Amino acid sequence: MATLHTRSAARLMIAPSVLLLLAWMIVPLAMTIYFSLLRYNLLMPGMEEFAGLSNYIYFVTDPAFFQAVFNTLAIVLGVLFITVIGGIALALLLDQPMFGQGIVRILVIAPFLIMPTVAALVWKNMFMNPVNGLFAWLAKLVGLQPFDFLANAPLFSIILIVAWQWLPFATLILLTALQSLDEEQKEAAQMDGAGAWSRFFYLVLPHLSRAITVVILIQTIFLLSVFAEILVTTNGGPGTQSTNLTFLVYAQALLQFDVGGASAGGIIAVILANIVAFFLMRMIGKTLEA
Amino acid sequence: MGSITLKNVSKVFGSHAVIPSIDLDIHHGEFVVFVGPSGCGKSTLLRLIAGLEDVSDGEIVIDGKNATELPPAKRGLSMVFQSYALYPHMSVRSNIAFPLKMAGEDKAVIDKKVADAARVLNLTDYLDRKPRQLSGGQRQRVAIGRAIVRQPEAFLFDEPLSNLDAALRVNMRLEISQLHQQLKTTMIYVTHDQVEAMTMADKIVVLNRGRIEQVGSPLELYHKPDNLFVAGFIGSPKMNFISGAPAAAYQAHTIGIRPEHLTLSKDQGTWRGTVGVAEHLGSDTFLHVKADTIGTLTARVSGDFGVTHGDQVYLTPDVQRLHKFDEKGLAIR
Repeated sequence: MATLHTRSAARLMIAPSVLLLLAWMIVPLAMTIYFSLLRYNLLMPGMEEFAGLSNYIYFVTDPAFFQAVFNTLAIVLGVLFITVIGGIALALLLDQPMFGQGIVRILVIAPFLIMPTVAALVWKNMFMNPVNGLFAWLAKLVGLQPFDFLANAPLFSIILIVAWQWLPFATLILLTALQSLDEEQKEAAQMDGAGAWSRFFYLVLPHLSRAITVVILIQTIFLLSVFAEILVTTNGGPGTQSTNLTFLVYAQALLQFDVGGASAGGIIAVILANIVAFFLMRMIGKTLEA
Repeated sequence: MGSITLKNVSKVFGSHAVIPSIDLDIHHGEFVVFVGPSGCGKSTLLRLIAGLEDVSDGEIVIDGKNATELPPAKRGLSMVFQSYALYPHMSVRSNIAFPLKMAGEDKAVIDKKVADAARVLNLTDYLDRKPRQLSGGQRQRVAIGRAIVRQPEAFLFDEPLSNLDAALRVNMRLEISQLHQQLKTTMIYVTHDQVEAMTMADKIVVLNRGRIEQVGSPLELYHKPDNLFVAGFIGSPKMNFISGAPAAAYQAHTIGIRPEHLTLSKDQGTWRGTVGVAEHLGSDTFLHVKADTIGTLTARVSGDFGVTHGDQVYLTPDVQRLHKFDEKGLAIR
């Protein structure tokens, strides 16, 4: 309904923030692309020279590269799998009326408020440690050999830790969605002879589909760049078994001081994230439109 | 067949008895309306019959079998909810088919029954739409369709017309009455609107604070209300109540006279009064008359009775149709 005048005024008003956001995005991206085309090593300052695409070739032919791509996707998919299914289960449980509901709900959110480094260190030292950890104690209690999680199943351990951190987020979103389900619909299904499982499958799950989509989209954004949990637990190892793309870029830049190669890795990570986003939107974006 | 009997049924929430104790017989094929002001327990009573709430005490017998402990689906009842409670992600077809699918019916049988129901309710063209693409009246019909495909012993309606606009409400009222004529199934209908109750019911159950005030046919309630509450609740506009000296003249604590049973005259009558507000409906005019000794009375006169604000009129009650009540509010017959 806006007149021509108010519309141009509106454009003028939002121009500063648009420009600021654009600069915020474009400047780092342009600099990264520029660095990625240079031979730029921090150990040899002042010797930068144009290197073409050799940084990219070097990064992609690194034997750790495909392992890192695989690990990145494994972390994203693994954590999504655990948090979505676990989140639905927890939300269903928390939706039941019970004593101390308010306190229990706050407790459930707690892991989300803990810093990733702290959470990972707690898991590493108090749970997964093969000598002093709780899991080792449990294993010994039933007469089993303690399992060294971080050494023998590093990727799985990291998925576990990250999933633990993101479970509250999924639970919270799904719980609020669950609570918005019309009570009369549930009663109607009950009258129609639907048992608990049918009600879940035909009524609750379709109702949750939009919330599940939101959980998957938001979590994917953050899970593509998991870093702190890897740094403080396995340091990407053993070997490169738990190195994801973010960690590989970090290692290139700050362990090998190769800014050029790391920048190339960064650009590749951006491209990969866009590919993932493209498929994600194609697959589940539809549920958001309805 | 669809007979329902409530024996001594009560419902208590915490320490608050919503329904102290109710006995009620509903015969096969009856159209029974529960009516009462909001919070009178009528919806709770319906939900008790449906099995969506557990009774605190007493027995519900459906079709001769004790159904008190049966889950809702096993009682052979279907319900139409106030919000319609359609499944938003399913097409109209799947919505109507849902109870049959849950009952594990054959695909061919389901298709046939859904098609039949859709034909009865004029929904055939809308079967592939989603509920959100339908108008209020169509949604209402889908909800009814979902209820009739199961061929239940009885239908339960929980204020089904309250979300519709006035014109549509009149239409749907007719359609539901026609459906009852066609199916001849027991129907229990909850409403707070006494017009709906009067127009649709075979039998009206007037509820107030969880108690049954009176059970009877619409005309019985209109002509012979048992007490002040029923007298005041049934009939529109409301019955006029007069207490004190004018009532004592008729050997009663309170007398009630319906607006349509007051005769108006410009020069003579029992009570004298001044016209306050005149509501012209065309065919009728409702006059709010401030009578000198008794307070404001509502009177119904024909549309061409020419009086306006401030005019003096005389009111004469039709003594044959005067309702007398004692101190406890019970009718004196």
